[in-house]
Amino acid sequence: MIGNLDITVLQQLWWLIASVVGSLFLMLTFVQGGQTLIFTLANSEEEKSLIINAMGRKWELTFTTLVLFGGALFAAFPLFYATSFGGAYWVWMLILFTFVMQAVSYEYRKKPNNVLGARTYEIFMFLNGSVGILLIGAAVGTFFTGSRFSLSMFNQVTWGTPYHGLEAALNYFNVAFGLFLVFLARTLGAMYIVSHVNHEPLVARARKACLINLVLALPFLLTVLYGLLTMSGFAVDPATGKIALEQGKYLHNLLGMPVVLVLLLAGLLLVIYGVVATAFLGKNRGIWFGGLGTVLVGLAVFSLAGYHNTAFYPSLTDLQSSLTIYNASSSKFTLTVMSYVALGVPFVLAYVAYVWRVMDSKQLTLAELTTGEDARKMY
Amino acid sequence: MGNEILSTVNWSRAQFAMTAMYHWIFVPLTLGLSFLIAFFESIYVKTGDESWKKLTKFWMTLFGINFAIGVATGIIMEFQFGTNWSNYSWMVGDIFGAPLAVEGIFAFFLEATFFAVMFFGWERATKGFHLFSTWMVAFGSNLSAVWILVANGWMQNPTAMAFNPDKARFEMQNFFDVALSPTAVQKFTHTTGSAFLLSSLFVMGISGLFLLQKRHQLLAQRSMVVAAVLGLISSVFVAFNGDESAFHIAHRQPMKLAAMEGLYDGQEKAPIVLMGIINANKKPGDNLPAFHQEVKVPGMLSLLANRDFGSFVPGVNDLVYGNPERKIVGAQQRIASGKIAVAELTRYKNAKKSGDEVGAAQALALFNQHKDNLGYGYLNDPAEAVPPVALTFYAFHIMIALGSLFPIIFIAVLWFAYRGTLASHRWLSWVCFACLFLGYVASQAGWVVAEVGRQPWAIQGLLPVGVAGTAIAAASVKTTFFIFLTLFTALLIAEIGIMVKQIKIGPEA
Repeated sequence: MIGNLDITVLQQLWWLIASVVGSLFLMLTFVQGGQTLIFTLANSEEEKSLIINAMGRKWELTFTTLVLFGGALFAAFPLFYATSFGGAYWVWMLILFTFVMQAVSYEYRKKPNNVLGARTYEIFMFLNGSVGILLIGAAVGTFFTGSRFSLSMFNQVTWGTPYHGLEAALNYFNVAFGLFLVFLARTLGAMYIVSHVNHEPLVARARKACLINLVLALPFLLTVLYGLLTMSGFAVDPATGKIALEQGKYLHNLLGMPVVLVLLLAGLLLVIYGVVATAFLGKNRGIWFGGLGTVLVGLAVFSLAGYHNTAFYPSLTDLQSSLTIYNASSSKFTLTVMSYVALGVPFVLAYVAYVWRVMDSKQLTLAELTTGEDARKMY
Repeated sequence: MGNEILSTVNWSRAQFAMTAMYHWIFVPLTLGLSFLIAFFESIYVKTGDESWKKLTKFWMTLFGINFAIGVATGIIMEFQFGTNWSNYSWMVGDIFGAPLAVEGIFAFFLEATFFAVMFFGWERATKGFHLFSTWMVAFGSNLSAVWILVANGWMQNPTAMAFNPDKARFEMQNFFDVALSPTAVQKFTHTTGSAFLLSSLFVMGISGLFLLQKRHQLLAQRSMVVAAVLGLISSVFVAFNGDESAFHIAHRQPMKLAAMEGLYDGQEKAPIVLMGIINANKKPGDNLPAFHQEVKVPGMLSLLANRDFGSFVPGVNDLVYGNPERKIVGAQQRIASGKIAVAELTRYKNAKKSGDEVGAAQALALFNQHKDNLGYGYLNDPAEAVPPVALTFYAFHIMIALGSLFPIIFIAVLWFAYRGTLASHRWLSWVCFACLFLGYVASQAGWVVAEVGRQPWAIQGLLPVGVAGTAIAAASVKTTFFIFLTLFTALLIAEIGIMVKQIKIGPEA
């Protein structure tokens, strides 16, 4: 069945799959958001440990989803992988450094004789949650604002600036996108603490924190939305494949794809409802609304970038070097094989959900951290 | 500009090699220790004996410390394909995509999901589900090794693909031929077998230390016996599998085999060098001796390479300059052909761009005649086709020597355990402790043989490292190299510090 699909359909399908994985990653950045709250939300070492251990049950899932996102892009759109990672070298390297720091921090922080001291690992976590997410946001922002690169006839990338991606941080839209993701992650992190931790004073502060961080996110969200609706975009002529600048391209995409508009609005409303339910209605399950809302917003963002005859990785130096989901993809054969592989995803999601349920059936308590059977291994 | 590219490529090679070697300090333990822990926990669940549970949790603590840094170095590996080897990423993305998608979807999530249950689920999950989770972590870890080793196997022996001149990349023709190629299967089985072996040595080394210190003697002896069984089985498997691997290398990567044995002039009844000191001044085509000193066993290399004592095994010189008598086409001739392929590919692309269909067809026809040597077209001197002989030779011989020692230790441990005198032979505990470090040396040496021996190729015969890299300033890569070096070294020191402390604390705490 999949073998009979047209390559264009497969390319669109794989952009959708990559978008879903990317959006799930954005939802799972509640881990990073939680990491940035440890210095402000916790009033004691015990409370800090509660936050870290709540996040510690999920950090690997976020990390793995990021790896899968990278893997999906490599697999389905290798020209993007080669162009962006090779070109925007410094941005990706800095993101990676923060994730390396995160990977060891949970395990090492509380272990005796950890050489660098607990505080260092906490700073590592903070950097991952702040700088790491900010840079990821800036990198995603370039899907709309473009980068300075050109491709040779053999598709070898030449980057147009010596800063290799760091110049993205000089663009207001990219920075606003990054800061929006940082505060969104903090909002989600606070909601996750409310849902998963049984410690009244900490939970009360987390309820306030999710509201404050949503308010802090709003100016950046509005900046991003204003930018998206007014900026020129990179349109592809479906007949010739030629790329040209189009004023209001992303506004046209929104209007041309009403589903995406619905996804965006529904996503934002769900996040807002999650915060209202957590901060004002005393509910514990706000994270589910916030998480789902984030996934929908993510899907809308990636759809705006890739669909409706749009170049998702535009070149400012040479328009015709811009990447579209059609010129950057793997061959039909490989996309077909991968589509068969992707049929296994529901099975994976099913056992992830089951294990999540088993592990989260009870909220985390201080007693579990100090006297429980697993106390020695706690983060 | 040429020097700048060379410098960038060499720094990228250094960075990738460093990351891979750091990564491989931690990964073997993840692969092997996960199964040993699953065995320990199975015994606990079966017997209900709490001391087995204590033993399981002790090794699980060490596993977790090691696992975290393995994950950290692993993510760098994946993304370095893009950051430092962008041309390579483009040229092989169509082939590696599917294996890496399988790895991400099935293996990583299995590992990541059940890891939380394994570590924090003793009170939250049932005993049976906890054991199941431990096994899933073991399977997930090893499954994740399958696909990256399939990719590595393809780099050693590219198969089931075709070059697409319009896209300027290699495209997959058959997924199963890529996933199940003999080289990929060899790579996976040899690598995971050696990881089980190293994990067994790790458990025996720490247990040996406990016996020397007269602490946790029951835990130590039980751990040693289970580890020695796994280690012995792994040793035998790795030895036979290694022999098969050498046979494949002889036919797919003859230059690597010649370097592994320091063989410059091909010969019948080719000898294996048991030990030797390589002549560092020796170059292809000169008359200097290959060794200062060596001990040889005649005919053994012929047997290893062709299953025939009297058969001919080509040397470095045959593969560089060709040997018409033996119908061997040398690198020199291939470079000439490859230069035509490169030129015609460029002509084809230009003709297509300008709409000259006749010119494009002519260029394509000529390109197709020479395309098998495309990669050689990027080499300038036939001697560039030779990997660093001394490094490959010494690494190979260190691996073989240590690999021959380990099964003797495993047998000794099992023998004295059978006699009930394991704890009383302090010399054996010392040997076990020393083998912990020797195991790492052997394991790293194995990868040096595989990767250094493949040079100058990123993809054997098709893509030299010189054109596989990213066009970026050498200073940038140099900077990230030293940042990684500092970061990884600091984390390794922290890991060792934590590990040592946990071993001192022991299972009672």
